[in-house]
Amino acid sequence: MVTQNTIAESDIWEWLKEVPDPEIPVLSIIDLGIVRGVECASQRGAAKITITPTYSGCPAMVVIGEDIRATMKRHGIDDVVLETVLSPAWTTDWMSEDARERLRAYGVAPPPPRLVNLAGMVAGMGSENRTDGVACPQCGSTRTEVISRYGSTACKALYKCKSCLEPFDAFKCH
Amino acid sequence: MQTNNSLFEYVLRLGDSCLILSQRLGEWCGHGPILEEDIALTNFALDLLGHARFWLSYAAELEGAGRDEDQLAFLRDSGEFRNVLLVEQENGDFAETIARQFYFDTWHLAMLEKLGSSTDMRVRAIAEKAAKEVRYHLQRSTDWVIRLGDGTAESKRRMQAAIDLLWMYTGEMFEMDAIDQEMVTSGVGVDLSMVRERWMEHVSKVFDQASLTKPDATWMQRGGKQGIHTEHLGYILSEMQTMQRNYPGLQW
Repeated sequence: MVTQNTIAESDIWEWLKEVPDPEIPVLSIIDLGIVRGVECASQRGAAKITITPTYSGCPAMVVIGEDIRATMKRHGIDDVVLETVLSPAWTTDWMSEDARERLRAYGVAPPPPRLVNLAGMVAGMGSENRTDGVACPQCGSTRTEVISRYGSTACKALYKCKSCLEPFDAFKCH
Repeated sequence: MQTNNSLFEYVLRLGDSCLILSQRLGEWCGHGPILEEDIALTNFALDLLGHARFWLSYAAELEGAGRDEDQLAFLRDSGEFRNVLLVEQENGDFAETIARQFYFDTWHLAMLEKLGSSTDMRVRAIAEKAAKEVRYHLQRSTDWVIRLGDGTAESKRRMQAAIDLLWMYTGEMFEMDAIDQEMVTSGVGVDLSMVRERWMEHVSKVFDQASLTKPDATWMQRGGKQGIHTEHLGYILSEMQTMQRNYPGLQW
């Protein structure tokens, strides 16, 4: 029974694209794959939204929850039930191609394809190929090296480009 | 009821070990030997705090006594904490912090990988989530043990001293008590002898690669999982809990 005022789940998915990640504002929480489910409640103006944390200790989750509520309120949904799920565990594989491109344009190297990254990790310390697959977001060179496996946020590592010498943040493959 | 109580204890142990190590690592904030390591150590702390929150929230639900994660973290005294003794040991120099982390990460990952097939769905979900992060931790602590062990004469001396110093706190991580036993029987928990096997294999391999000498067998300290702690825990708690103790119910 669709009436004129009914809010569809697809509307909510669309509105959630307006919620940016607080740390990386060029990406929305939809781009990041943080939103796992949307359900309209039977009464109007209510919805249940299921989210998952990127990293376990990500301090942005509280802000994200508040931003979701504020955004829904703007669209007439006052009653939001937020549920957090852990399984399946969040992975950078959920990031769309388009989102990866925007990340690159913002100056952050997007997460490399999983297989390449794993090979690099397994190769271990002191091995050059651990950085394979991470291209400098400034000049595109893949001659890059890890400076620190931990960067400005839990989801990023610190790299340096050996071609243009610029340091940069890279989204970790997760 | 008995089973629920044992599960509560089991989950509490996991949560407390994560929480106390997180607090210890947080002490490095602003004091790391170089900026990148400062960031790395505090990132570890943050991941572990996240894991602690998952475990303690679940423990609070299992207990069903109206307490929540914050009350468990901030309003219990040291005798009620169930973390292993290793994680409450002092930061010492960088080598000691790394040795503690290396011993813990190796154990932690082996635990989480097994808990990933627990019969308890909540335990399984937390373990799967945490294992992804802990794999990254272990990679880094392994790298440092090798780098320091196989580095200069001074770094080697310090790394060897650190692994020797903390060795006596490693045995407890593999000791099965009645609760561990019950959790293995019910399929929720992990057989610690299998964890020990994996732990020993990795640790021995890394010590070889780092040209470090595996510490001699020694008396192993125990008691953390049952609430008997070293003198250090009280000091950690007094700092960690001071706000809630002084201003009960304070909100951030």
